[in-house]
Amino acid sequence: MADALLSRRSLITQAAAVVATGASGLLLPARASGLAPTPSMRGGSNNYRPGAPIVNQIGGGGFWMTGTVRRAGDGAPLPGQRIQIWAHTTEGHERDPHSHGATLTDAKGEFRLEMPQIVPAFGQPHGHLAYDSGEFETVFLRPVMSSADDLTLAAHFVLQPL
Amino acid sequence: MIWVLLSAALAIPIIAAAYSPYLAWRDPIYILAGFAGIIGMCLLLLQPLLAGRWLPGLSPVSSRHWHRRCGLALIVAILIHVGGLWITSPPDVVDALLFVSATPFSNWGVIAMWSAFAAALLGVMRQRLNLRFRLWRLSHTGLAMVTIIGSVVHAMLIEGTMETMTKTTLCVLVLLASARTLAKLKVWDIRRRA
Repeated sequence: MADALLSRRSLITQAAAVVATGASGLLLPARASGLAPTPSMRGGSNNYRPGAPIVNQIGGGGFWMTGTVRRAGDGAPLPGQRIQIWAHTTEGHERDPHSHGATLTDAKGEFRLEMPQIVPAFGQPHGHLAYDSGEFETVFLRPVMSSADDLTLAAHFVLQPL
Repeated sequence: MIWVLLSAALAIPIIAAAYSPYLAWRDPIYILAGFAGIIGMCLLLLQPLLAGRWLPGLSPVSSRHWHRRCGLALIVAILIHVGGLWITSPPDVVDALLFVSATPFSNWGVIAMWSAFAAALLGVMRQRLNLRFRLWRLSHTGLAMVTIIGSVVHAMLIEGTMETMTKTTLCVLVLLASARTLAKLKVWDIRRRA
């Protein structure tokens, strides 16, 4: 019996291993989709004002919001996408209309918009970004600066086609 | 001497916060909300000192009266704090109250707020509740400890309202005062007095 391929003990151990693998989510179906879409962040849409105008610069500038926009699945860069940006800065609160502006991505799917320095508000120095143009699923981001002294903040979108 | 140190411990964090460069870029109502929070934290230092009757020159009765007044002031400070933040950014406060905020410190603050309300309610209702005194005291102190720990974590995780050194010092003093008062009163001993 000691040589048997399947003893009672090994059967129990193997069954337990299979159950544990399944329960822990280690078995994932193979995905052909590739790059996963960026989910909206908690609080990302707070103080959003839909339809912020496309501007060369928000207010007096001095701080750069940068990022990329790509398509879910193949990760192709998406040019000409409108990204809306707002934050609590040295020139106004988040809810103030003049704290809001939008920009378009370039041919490489990159965007950068100059704006006033972001200052800590509600406990964290953070910015808000939105993709809300209808062609892809809407995404709201709320990146936090690693230091309030930073002069730039980046946020990256991977959009899911509708 | 204790009074001088206590005044310094309460005044210095407020003065340091008043020198914050961020104030220039905040509306008055937002500044008011922030300072109501700092004053609330100062009251959290006074409360255990009054409950433990550590302050010289105050009789047990007047200690208790001041503990009650400071407790009510704390409730007012919390209401101004939350109300001012609500006016400044309603969605952020709604998220916090619903425990779905992006910022982890919001949950600590909201838990501290509700347990402060409950502790104050126990204080106001003490005569009517007809609880045995030591049982009442353990309940009130338990809720107060949740308020204190919640508020300290809340404050330590926040960036931009208080100056870091004075904030840390005030929080450590609040925790020390609370621990010493708990030990002095032995609140966990709920047996009837022999």
